[in-house]
Amino acid sequence: MCTVCGCDEGESRIEGNKLAHHSHSHDREYDHEHSHAHNDQTLHYGHGPAHAHAPEMNQSRMVKIEQDILGKNNEYANANRNLFASKEMLVLNLVSSPGSGKTTLLTRTLQDIKDEISLAVIEGDQETSQDADRIRETGVPAIQINTGKGCHLDAHQVGHAVEHLSPQNASVLMIENVGNLVCPAAFDLGEAHKVAILSITEGEDKPIKYPDMFHAADLLLLNKIDLLPHLNFDIDKCIEYAQRVNPGIHILKVSATTGTGMSDWYQWIRLALQTRLIGHPSKIQTIKVVSESF
Amino acid sequence: MHEMSLCEGVLQVLETEATKQGFCRVKTVWLEIGNLSSVEPDAMLFSFDVVTRNSLADGAKLNIINIPGNAWCMQCARNVSIKQRYDECPECGSYQLQVTGGNEMKIKELEVE
Repeated sequence: MCTVCGCDEGESRIEGNKLAHHSHSHDREYDHEHSHAHNDQTLHYGHGPAHAHAPEMNQSRMVKIEQDILGKNNEYANANRNLFASKEMLVLNLVSSPGSGKTTLLTRTLQDIKDEISLAVIEGDQETSQDADRIRETGVPAIQINTGKGCHLDAHQVGHAVEHLSPQNASVLMIENVGNLVCPAAFDLGEAHKVAILSITEGEDKPIKYPDMFHAADLLLLNKIDLLPHLNFDIDKCIEYAQRVNPGIHILKVSATTGTGMSDWYQWIRLALQTRLIGHPSKIQTIKVVSESF
Repeated sequence: MHEMSLCEGVLQVLETEATKQGFCRVKTVWLEIGNLSSVEPDAMLFSFDVVTRNSLADGAKLNIINIPGNAWCMQCARNVSIKQRYDECPECGSYQLQVTGGNEMKIKELEVE
């Protein structure tokens, strides 16, 4: 079992290949060292800090640790973040429940802005590479991570996937996380922003039912907005709930099928990328003003 | 949420520290878990027993120290305590709250030998 994420090491795959654990692989080494330490020393009371051999002497001591439980994942996330910074990449972590229209939204986005911005995609799903295949049909490079039994992507998997993808400098990397509103909230991948996608077929109280995710997100895309006339969805209530959980969240109403509001989303991406490129003046392009959004 | 994988993470830290600090058995583990972190203490206790079986922490006791949720209310300009992320300010009813405490998921201390 991968101790960073808890998913089985044998189950997690990138494009059908087992996740290669490189020299920084954590679990095997420790298992090995640990088993020696354990077998040799468990019953040997003379190996304690006092080196005492007195029988029955209690060598218990207290050790201050003060370590984050997700520390290992955070280390990998920081390494990813440094890599993304050195390549001036904007990385977005797309999170939602299954069936929110994440992949449809993503494919439409890629089709609409791929001529303007260099893009790459990491797809996370429990099984199959269908989503990556859908993405690749748009001509944008994509790589699939299958998490097997895992319920979220972790920074370690993403680091390896980026090695395979080798994205261009100043590009936008979209990471489509596993459809799950719980676990991906806690696992930093090194992204600049989490973008939550909530379709209005899901019910307006999702933001307070799954507060951790909406708290962690910087942008909320309310998808399938074209279906509003047919549904009993209180959009104002939904926005109010989202802002309760996260007063600073940006909210855009979009429809990936009809295209409504998508230009606002593209504008948000452009601005985020430009912000990323501050300090690299040669790369900053003039922002296109899309008339529809004004 | 994924308490099983979090416990795997705890065990990994214990094993690393065992080599670093030269101990071979862990008897007690103190965790600090914030009320606003997405961790269920009961699920954590259950998973910990399972995960630590046949390890250096086999049979170790897990103590969870609860850290209450805290937030800064932008309207009242003071610290208030909250139970959930979507709580309103208990003083003024505003939702303009910036969470300042309660996100912790930390291994605090160990009793080892």
